[in-house]
Amino acid sequence: MGWLLDTLRNARRIERAKPWPRFEVDADMWSRLAAATGAGDADMLSLWSDGEAVHLAMMNRTAREIAIASFTPVDRRFPSVAAHHAPAQRLERMIHDIYGFAADNSPDERPWLDHGRWGLRWPGGTPEAVPSAWQSYKFLEAGGAPLHQIPVGPVHAGIIEPGHFRFSANGETVVRLEERLGYVHKGVEQLMRRKSIDACVAIAGRISGDSTVAYALAFALAVEAAIGVEAPKRAQALRGIMGELERLANHFGDVGAICNDASFSLIQAHCHILRERVLRASQACFGHRLMMDRIRPGGVAADMAADGEAILTALVGEIRPAFDHIRTVYDSVNSLQDRRVRTGLLSRNLAEQFACGGYVGRASGRAFDARQWPGYAPYDRSLKPVGRTAGDVDARVWVRMDEILASMAMIERLVADLPSGEIRHEIAVAVDCEGSALVESFRGDVFARVRLAADGNVTHAHLRDPSWFQWPLLEAAIEGNIVADFPLCNKSFNCSYSGHDL
Amino acid sequence: MRNLLLQGLLKRPLTEAPPSHVDAEIDALGARLADLARRKLGRSISIREVDAGSCNGCELEIHALNNAFYDVERFGLRFVASPRHADLLMVTGPVTHNMREALERTYAATPAPKLVVAIGDCGSNCGVFAGSYACAGPVSSVIPVDLEIPGCPPTPRDMLEGLCRLVEIVSR
Repeated sequence: MGWLLDTLRNARRIERAKPWPRFEVDADMWSRLAAATGAGDADMLSLWSDGEAVHLAMMNRTAREIAIASFTPVDRRFPSVAAHHAPAQRLERMIHDIYGFAADNSPDERPWLDHGRWGLRWPGGTPEAVPSAWQSYKFLEAGGAPLHQIPVGPVHAGIIEPGHFRFSANGETVVRLEERLGYVHKGVEQLMRRKSIDACVAIAGRISGDSTVAYALAFALAVEAAIGVEAPKRAQALRGIMGELERLANHFGDVGAICNDASFSLIQAHCHILRERVLRASQACFGHRLMMDRIRPGGVAADMAADGEAILTALVGEIRPAFDHIRTVYDSVNSLQDRRVRTGLLSRNLAEQFACGGYVGRASGRAFDARQWPGYAPYDRSLKPVGRTAGDVDARVWVRMDEILASMAMIERLVADLPSGEIRHEIAVAVDCEGSALVESFRGDVFARVRLAADGNVTHAHLRDPSWFQWPLLEAAIEGNIVADFPLCNKSFNCSYSGHDL
Repeated sequence: MRNLLLQGLLKRPLTEAPPSHVDAEIDALGARLADLARRKLGRSISIREVDAGSCNGCELEIHALNNAFYDVERFGLRFVASPRHADLLMVTGPVTHNMREALERTYAATPAPKLVVAIGDCGSNCGVFAGSYACAGPVSSVIPVDLEIPGCPPTPRDMLEGLCRLVEIVSR
């Protein structure tokens, strides 16, 4: 047992929480856990509310333990986690906006997702009607005579999601970037309340459309954990194939887009051909280009097409040599190297502090991959997270290129060893239960926690996008870079707006 | 590098050597669209994409319109960076309350003919997000919409077909 479970050994354990234990704690214990997380003894997996309590999920990678602490706010207040641990700031602001629970001694009390436009406040708590009105937002200050501000967004120049960036620049150099997000807030946590599991997995698959497979899987695994069932072996393998196809499609698209932002469009043209080939193979095998609505709690919605094995083998056979070519070009063009190397540096300390997942964390030396640990089928624990340490745009691209190679090999292996048999177990809920899961999307780890009522409906679901712990680091990585390199740095992070805005 | 460029010169392009029936259809669709646009607008169509609340799924497929398989620029469909350069807005998502004003302002900044295409199930009826406190409604509840292209997300081909239909409607 590590320090985390040891600290919580006398707290009241909620028996229904699976697979990771959940404990009810008092204010003292809550703050102690927050302080320990802030000191780096644990990674924060998520901080959320369901309208009744606030929950803090922590992961101690040294002793391989995960636990959730729950605190019931008193007079709608709870001790701030962010006061000890900066990565909790935006999550606490979100909790206040949605559920009306305020964090005591919070370092930042500005609203986050609530822009004053909903016509009500605290939609997840006790909603109160308030007039919808423009709300001024106080951006953090950057002082000094020669500074100027550049406001960007929410509507951006490219075909991308909306968000606002406020740059304070000294000539060409960015002195401070501050993000303001929440523009695509769709109220997903409240939409999932008291809805059927099937309705909710469809919503979960649309929290961030680029990661629909990972989100649906995270939701499904959490439901399966709550009920205590496991998907059949064939379904597990098909989920793995879909997950890796999604990873390939996104990595190809983004490697191309990053090179395009460094004014090297040749690679983009080639990468987007590879992306399209993956999408067409996905359509042919699973009936949907992005594979939406293919994963269901209990298994998968439909089996792979009869000629799926041949399609996937042909796909890998086609894209592997083409991608080898692209890697060689990427590695050999000086102009591209000049833009990407030592641009947008992210330190290992910050990546560790924010428990930053995905290629952003792995490119800065944080070797964490949820497929390896805590792990889930069909991945085996011998999987080694690919990693780099440079922490620049270049390292993030290399991590993704290495993952492309790994994903192609995984698809080949999964296809070769595809078990036969059932693809779905029936799901039956008889009692109030709850489950959590951690799934590695192409972007990083998605944390899901689902609570089910005895009637089979979802009481509350929380899905935490990896971007919550990547967006703040983009602000750090851009500091000291030129404004013109922002698109490059931004694309190398490729955080989700919709996944974050909920 | 040299190899890749040589390959580009020596190999037949994906777009002009349709490997399948599907791509030949895209060619025919696109050519019809280009012809209609020129007759109606006297030029090709400039498109401004606005994400007013989408999950990013539609954006991915709109992006695909530019890849070598669809390559819509050859038909004169061009995505532009500002609404002031646009003939047509492609709007995705259930319009969130937080994006409503930005969408209205984008529409106001677009010169005539100000065509609007609502993309995806969310654009036409809010999709799975219908009924949320955070959504203002479908695109047509915020700005006038000329055509809706359903799908979750619509495929690039669905979008090409839809754009074709739109120009036909406008040409009448």
